Amino acid sequence: MKVITTNPAVLQPSVEDRGGPAQPLLIVDGLRKYFSLKPSLLSKSGVVRAVDGVRFTVAKGETVGIVGESGCGKSTTARLIMGLIDADEGELVLDGDPVGARNGLDWDVYRRQVQMVFQDSHASLNPRLSVEDTIAFGPISNGISRNVALSITHDLLNKVGLDASTFGRRFPHELSGGQRQRVNIARALAMNPKLLILDEAVSALDKSVEAQVLNLLMELKHSLRLTYLFISHDLNVVYYLCDRVLVMYLGEVVESGPVEELYRNPKHPYTSALLASMPTAQRNARRREAPLQGDPPNPINPPTGCRFHTRCAFAESVCASSRPMLSTPTAGTPDQDRHSVACHIHNPASGHSHAGSDRIVLWTSGHVNN
Amino acid sequence: MHIKVSDMKKVLAPSATNMDAIAATPMPPNAPTYWYLVGTRLMRDPVTMFCAFLLVFVVGLALFAPWVAPADPLEVSVMNRLQPIGTDGYLLGSDRLGRDILSRILHGGRISLFMGIAPVLLAVLIGGGLGILAGYVGGMVNSAIMRTMDVFYAFPSILLAIAIAGAMGPGISNGIIALTIVFIPPMTRVAESATTQIRKFDFVEAARATTSSHLRVLRVHVVGNVAGPILVYATSMVSLSIVIASGLSFLGLGVSPPNPEWGLMLSDLRESIYGNPMVAILPGVMIFVTSVSFNLLSDGLRNAMEIRQ
Repeated sequence: MKVITTNPAVLQPSVEDRGGPAQPLLIVDGLRKYFSLKPSLLSKSGVVRAVDGVRFTVAKGETVGIVGESGCGKSTTARLIMGLIDADEGELVLDGDPVGARNGLDWDVYRRQVQMVFQDSHASLNPRLSVEDTIAFGPISNGISRNVALSITHDLLNKVGLDASTFGRRFPHELSGGQRQRVNIARALAMNPKLLILDEAVSALDKSVEAQVLNLLMELKHSLRLTYLFISHDLNVVYYLCDRVLVMYLGEVVESGPVEELYRNPKHPYTSALLASMPTAQRNARRREAPLQGDPPNPINPPTGCRFHTRCAFAESVCASSRPMLSTPTAGTPDQDRHSVACHIHNPASGHSHAGSDRIVLWTSGHVNN
Repeated sequence: MHIKVSDMKKVLAPSATNMDAIAATPMPPNAPTYWYLVGTRLMRDPVTMFCAFLLVFVVGLALFAPWVAPADPLEVSVMNRLQPIGTDGYLLGSDRLGRDILSRILHGGRISLFMGIAPVLLAVLIGGGLGILAGYVGGMVNSAIMRTMDVFYAFPSILLAIAIAGAMGPGISNGIIALTIVFIPPMTRVAESATTQIRKFDFVEAARATTSSHLRVLRVHVVGNVAGPILVYATSMVSLSIVIASGLSFLGLGVSPPNPEWGLMLSDLRESIYGNPMVAILPGVMIFVTSVSFNLLSDGLRNAMEIRQ
């Protein structure tokens, strides 16, 4: 197996580290995307607030996880960051360069540095193209000759653990799910990105294959010095892979913080309930009833105030009337420093009856039956 | 709050053994391409192969009609009117002007097949292009194109063809134009629905994420995937085109006499159907055999192009 450093210099016009290590790789600010529903005979018009004012930063070399229930806007956020759909509002700053702004970064230059691995390993590969044609497509369409593109492809295939001479000429339907996802990773890496968005990239895989692909992702991250944005609903995997987590609910970030701190000390009732809903392998720690009841409310007409108040055990009138803002982190240990939450309970000035009490244990996962 | 995640790291931690990479069976470096696979599947399908040979035979005979045909298809012989099948010098009999049916069928095949295939090819280019555009771009462009096509759907295809051909007057080129206009809307619809389906797949998004041009994404990722359905549909449409072209000629709107054409011959010979039924149905048999063969070929193509999981 040949060892490659990174791809030949052809594909990297502005890939040098510009802002220095302290400059976040990606700043997402006020990202908003509403989908308008046209009125028809059977439905009223409305606006789906898919992503509503999401802001976060991704530091260089960091793995940031985004968790939340289905429909909370995780994937829309990913597509907005990829530029696959246009945001209504919001700004992206890649390594200090605002994207799409005047004298900022051109969208095409930006896109080449941000690539994505999709959830459905099957639908994300063209069934009529062989593995190497799929991977080589990106480099070739960016002006690299076919021969060079193919040698990049073969290197990448070996890097993701697939023997290039065996798999290069195969078609997607001749591969297993894990192999297809490796091809998807190679395809994304062929663009030599700085940031890789993994949108439920391992969720559809068998547990054993999932572990292999996760380990591959860890290896690649170190050898290629990548930064990951890892979107998942699997809290265990997020814990294993991520440095920092964002918890999303109905298009908003409700809590964010370093993974250890957030899992140990969840502040938002929603985060707490999510964590409590993780199945445990310990017989006497199992719970019978689900910590969260029902489905998230319809994002077409999201609840007023705190969007979680309809399902929150601690909801009071203030929660229905005023919208909690994501807190600026309070002083403390460095970990707690970066822990912020959008909940009235943690804002002493909010008027919530529990407000200011530092730690409320909202859910315990150690619920013992009999 | 405590969560039992501590064990999990132990479970996940052992380094990747790349089991699915090892389990792979070796394959030669030049493994067959997709179209090669389709070809081998077609070879194993006896019905399709039979139809294909039959069509090659018919098309070949039509192409080489001037050399193969025993007589001039236009040569009139009043002495030899309405000969039955097997007459010396008139292997398949003669019509009421004493013209050799075999020669007329061979020569007629050239026009009939041309009028069957040319409008479909034109419709594939125009309708397929419009459909792919509508499906890929979506939105207003899609609505504009597809609603326009819907207008044509208001008329039954044969009536529309008759109306257009009637308005433009008889003649081969007018017939082809009429048929092309009839075939564009269904072709557009097939291409549009196939493209809309493909458009939803993540691989199109992934291709767009490489910042490659729309044209290249279309060419590499879309056209290849919609070519199958379009090809299958076009093949089945050839048979319809032959039938409608024959119908136009039968009504005096397509090819004008004395040129031989299957539909026109059928119209001519219908007067002798009581006296000489076996001869009279021959052009009909040719139309039937050719169109059924095209239909079965399209079925076979569809089966062969299916990607098996």
